Amino acid sequence: MNDTLDVVLRLIAVLVVFLVLPLLVGQTEHKVMAHMQGRLGPMYAGGFHGWAQLVADGVKFAQKEDIVPADADRRVFQLAPAVALLPYLLVLIAIPVGPDGFVGQTVDAGLIFVLAVMGVGVLGSLMAGWASANKFSLLGGLRTAAQLMAYELPMLLTAASVAMAAGTLSLPGIVDGYHWWWTPWQLVGGVVFFTAGLAELQRPPFDMPVADSEIIFGAYTEYTGLRFALFLLAEYAGIVVLCALTTVLFLGGWHGPWSGSAGWLWTLVKTALLAFVVIWLRVSYPRLREDQLQKLAWTVLIPLSLAQIALTGVVKVVIS
Amino acid sequence: MAPLSGIPGSGLAKGLAVTLRTMTKRSVTAQYPDALPELPPRSRGVIALFEENCTVCMLCARECPDWCIYIDSHKETAPPAAPGGRERSRNVLDRFAIDFALCMYCGICIEVCPFDALFWSPEFEYAESDILDLTHERDKLRDWMWTVPAPPALDPAAEEPKEIAAARKAADKAAAAAAAAAATAEPGQGEQAEQGEQSDRSDRSDDQGKGDA
Repeated sequence: MNDTLDVVLRLIAVLVVFLVLPLLVGQTEHKVMAHMQGRLGPMYAGGFHGWAQLVADGVKFAQKEDIVPADADRRVFQLAPAVALLPYLLVLIAIPVGPDGFVGQTVDAGLIFVLAVMGVGVLGSLMAGWASANKFSLLGGLRTAAQLMAYELPMLLTAASVAMAAGTLSLPGIVDGYHWWWTPWQLVGGVVFFTAGLAELQRPPFDMPVADSEIIFGAYTEYTGLRFALFLLAEYAGIVVLCALTTVLFLGGWHGPWSGSAGWLWTLVKTALLAFVVIWLRVSYPRLREDQLQKLAWTVLIPLSLAQIALTGVVKVVIS
Repeated sequence: MAPLSGIPGSGLAKGLAVTLRTMTKRSVTAQYPDALPELPPRSRGVIALFEENCTVCMLCARECPDWCIYIDSHKETAPPAAPGGRERSRNVLDRFAIDFALCMYCGICIEVCPFDALFWSPEFEYAESDILDLTHERDKLRDWMWTVPAPPALDPAAEEPKEIAAARKAADKAAAAAAAAAATAEPGQGEQAEQGEQSDRSDRSDDQGKGDA
């Protein structure tokens, strides 16, 4: 009975985090992006500096008609938003927040689980693109697929480098083994991982799959109402997951001053800082072209990640 | 820029710096309905009509490049000033309307008005949901007259305004004549002639004085 309660409480906590943090990131994006462009952003919803803007957006999305195009593959079309969103919820369960089992569920091969499940999220866009019966959606879906192919590889390679350094695949184990000099040691890997993660989330400047000036909104062109909102939520949940994962793998998770009592806070702060960087990059850089995107992945990121693995191996052999 | 461009990635860093710097600055957004804008003097918001000065000369309507001024009037006659003389006739304004859907705010009507009956007002909140409602009649135009700001102060060394100079000259002349009349023995005769002349002048300066207000 007690075990059941424990599991239920943990799941509820993860669900709450899953529902709240993406909205926080979204609201931060509204405001940070606005101020970076010399604007104010939402100011009215909720009364104080538009804090309830995303709530209002949610209400608006819920009111909209849910349309499925006549020629669409109905089942797949309706299922796609869930496939895009749910993997991030699953990943969140395995991400350690604080020391001593402050995690939804400890998974032994957590790193593999997390990366595998994150890859599933992209399938949602692929399904949406194929099922919409729309050429723009199809183009978007194909771009998503190409992007997944190109960027999953450097992401896995750099994650493997961290796993080599820590000698474990368990996420809490990796954070436990962390020393401060890991960050400079794995710096290149961290940058590659973060960049590849951004590309996999289709965040600007890697948002060719939804490039609105070229293919309307890519795989999501035909979506309206709540299903569209779910895709948007998936993007922000993806930001949270990517930032949390980068924190855990490369920035030492809960390590920091007073990590004994406030370790979870360190994880959250580092995650929030990375989320700010995600927004910052979106505001600062224009979208890459499709071929530039592929070129970046295959000629820059993959060699860099291989070099990182070599460096990790050499250092590992030297110090052991 | 030039010395930096050699380092790879410096352009990327520069982009990040620009956005970060902008974020720390105050945003330029004006929260209009909550905070009214600070308009510069002589803002061209709307055209106000000081109908007391209007003589229905129609110059404004004829000069208007897009024909957005509508004026109707009729002629009234007043009894002759002196018995046996001709009746005096004057124009009475019946309708003065400006179609702000057509108006291009060129201000030619204001420039061309010889009697200072048209003015720029900074008032700008007169949007309507029907384009036909943008034709504003004389009562509305007269109401906007209250929002016309005082004319800007003259430059320190500027020459005196013409109407004030003329009025002062007339007053000086009258005072000199009165003094001369007082100096001569017979006060009654001189004063009567003086009064007639003065009232004539004050009529004219009255018109100009209002226009100035």
